[in-house]
Amino acid sequence: MTDVTQSPSSVPSRTRLVWIALPLAVLGLAIAWLISTDPLSGFRNGAPPVENLTFERTILGPEGIQVLVRAGGSEPMTIAQVQVDDAYWQFTQNPPGPIARGSTVWIAVPFPWVLGEAHTINVLTNTGALFANEIDVAVPTPTRDSMSFASQAILGAFVGILPVAIGLLFYPALRGVGAVGMNFLLSLTVGLLAFLFVDALEDALELADEAAALFQGETMVVLAATASFLLLMAAGRRSGTPTGLTLATFIALGIGLHNLGEGLAIGAAFASGAAGLGTFLVLGFTLHNITEGVGIAAPILRKRPPLWTFAALTLLAGGPAVVGLWIGSLAHAPQWSALALAIGAGAILQVVVEVVSMQLRQRVGGARTLLAPTAMAGLAGGVGFMYLTAMLVKI
Amino acid sequence: MSEESLWLKQKLDRRLLLAGSLAAVGGTVAAAGSAREETSRAGHGAAASITAQEPPTHLAVHGAMITVGEVDDAKNGFDPMKLLGDWDTGSVSKLPDGRTLRSFTITAEDKEIEIAPGIMFPAWTYNGRVPGPSLRATEGDRLRIVFTNHGSHPHSMHFHGIHAARMDGVPGAGLIDPGEEFVYEFDAKPFGCHLYHCHALPLKRHIHKGMYGVFVIDPDPALHSEQEAVARSRLLGTPENASWQEFVMVMNGFDTNFDDENEVYAVNTIAHAYAKKPIRIVRDKPVRIYLVNVVEFDPINSFHLHANFFDYYNQGTTLTPTLRTVDLITQCQAERGILEFHFREHEPGLYMFHPHQSEFTELGWVGMFDVVESVS
Repeated sequence: MTDVTQSPSSVPSRTRLVWIALPLAVLGLAIAWLISTDPLSGFRNGAPPVENLTFERTILGPEGIQVLVRAGGSEPMTIAQVQVDDAYWQFTQNPPGPIARGSTVWIAVPFPWVLGEAHTINVLTNTGALFANEIDVAVPTPTRDSMSFASQAILGAFVGILPVAIGLLFYPALRGVGAVGMNFLLSLTVGLLAFLFVDALEDALELADEAAALFQGETMVVLAATASFLLLMAAGRRSGTPTGLTLATFIALGIGLHNLGEGLAIGAAFASGAAGLGTFLVLGFTLHNITEGVGIAAPILRKRPPLWTFAALTLLAGGPAVVGLWIGSLAHAPQWSALALAIGAGAILQVVVEVVSMQLRQRVGGARTLLAPTAMAGLAGGVGFMYLTAMLVKI
Repeated sequence: MSEESLWLKQKLDRRLLLAGSLAAVGGTVAAAGSAREETSRAGHGAAASITAQEPPTHLAVHGAMITVGEVDDAKNGFDPMKLLGDWDTGSVSKLPDGRTLRSFTITAEDKEIEIAPGIMFPAWTYNGRVPGPSLRATEGDRLRIVFTNHGSHPHSMHFHGIHAARMDGVPGAGLIDPGEEFVYEFDAKPFGCHLYHCHALPLKRHIHKGMYGVFVIDPDPALHSEQEAVARSRLLGTPENASWQEFVMVMNGFDTNFDDENEVYAVNTIAHAYAKKPIRIVRDKPVRIYLVNVVEFDPINSFHLHANFFDYYNQGTTLTPTLRTVDLITQCQAERGILEFHFREHEPGLYMFHPHQSEFTELGWVGMFDVVESVS
């Protein structure tokens, strides 16, 4: 009896199962045929396997130099010898043996590196292919001790938290502005966010270029930015268009994600000795990021949020810089910084869209609001300020 | 109002934090300064700790600056220790006019060889080895070299010596395609330390792929009555010659990634071969080295002997030294010569030799003489 009642529904489901199994079976057969009969042997021209090796991290310490390398060859790769500055050196590989595609190993060389000078590490595979990694300036890599954690936290505070806090301090002064002033401030916010978007995307693409080919850096950046933009748009619009504190929180989140990526990059740059940490540079970052606080303040000028929200917004926007510095100086690989920056870029694009839509709702003027002289001045002011202060920090 | 004061309070805390931060930054700078000294000391400590592991004495002198692992000599089919002295004197017969005829058989073949531990090189070889067989004849011999090409490219044997144009081993004169055979025939002259190599084009590629070897012509004492003793000491097979310790050293290099720069330098192909296994020298017996430079891409190679000086016979075509009491000579590409020295007045121990281009030394071309009292 049950058979009869179930048969109308079970037959189609069985058919569906067959139609799932069939394509998979075809794939399986194709693979089996490819492996067993080797019809592509004609393409095998005696050329050695394609080899690729990407250097992801370099650690300089009292025991010498350690590098983390990722293999990207068509077949597992074997490291035969290691040169430092065109001299063969003893080395140990951990884990030993051939490196499968996509896997990483640590190579430790007991090399007496010289502080402040440049070194080149060459890895030779068993086929004689050579992969080089430049150490531009040899400085000891930060270790996981509380001392360097604390000093990185201070640096992060100067770069991320302090400027946002200073920017938010303008809140009381800005509260009294009228509609025109509000339009100016929102345009200023759009301007600075637009700058950050371009900046983040450019940095992400640059870092993606350094990553191992198998991560498909550029594609990853575009996809991650688009995904974060769409996800945040959807999340933000779940209960209507975000305004006021919600919009301020989204702006803080976007800036925070950007600061995370920036912190990762700065941490890695300082850890690798690529950038010397000068007071001027740190102050430049502080100045550069002050407008971020103003931008966060803009949507909540008409509200009266509780005081703790300011602290929370500051931490949300600036705190990730500290976290980024910690991670970046200890465990950096270009693909992760690129990913963080791409997500940040997507998040910033979302708030640009939302701030503009808020501007559109401010006045009955509609689209003309966006082209009003005050709005233009605000945009120019935001982009211009960011561009000029960026001159202090770009090396 | 209350909001403002709260703001101030928060800001005050922040200011305190700020002051603290500045102090901490100052502290960091100071700490970085002291860390700088520590690291430089630590750096030296690291180098010292390598030697502190007490490897064998002959390895300790290189510290950690050496290739890792061992080359599989058996798989290569040649042992760098044997390459030092395995002369190919050919098969000897008498011609109707009483002269000696020496016949050599040489085959060109492709072979992948291990030139440094783990690094494989797709070589072109004479008789499956790099350098090719060390040919040795006596001044005035008639030489017949039967050359077969089993390689994948056209090859030849171009001898540095005196011979007819059609025996020169250049295109149109003894350059043969794969599967073909050619017989080079000429008189062994002048005496000296020479070489042969492939002269197929492109020349640079054919030479650096491994197609070269030593070609020594010993002087005939009967032709050098005024310096007969010297000539006899050079002539293989005489008791005078047997009292010498003779070595063949071909200075070569390998461009493993074909970027026209050598990744590996050596004497007799294997990087660090004589650094890892020093060459045994008996203190009382004089040493003679037949040194040939075939390195490509670098115009000059050199030989420097530690703690000793030597006499040098450039190209080996004289019986009196062309340079006396030197501890370094340079050789252009294809330049060669004979080095003579002894350790009679030295204490036994390890004496290093290497080119004085530090780069070549650090990329594998370095060795040691282990001077001992007598053969045990």
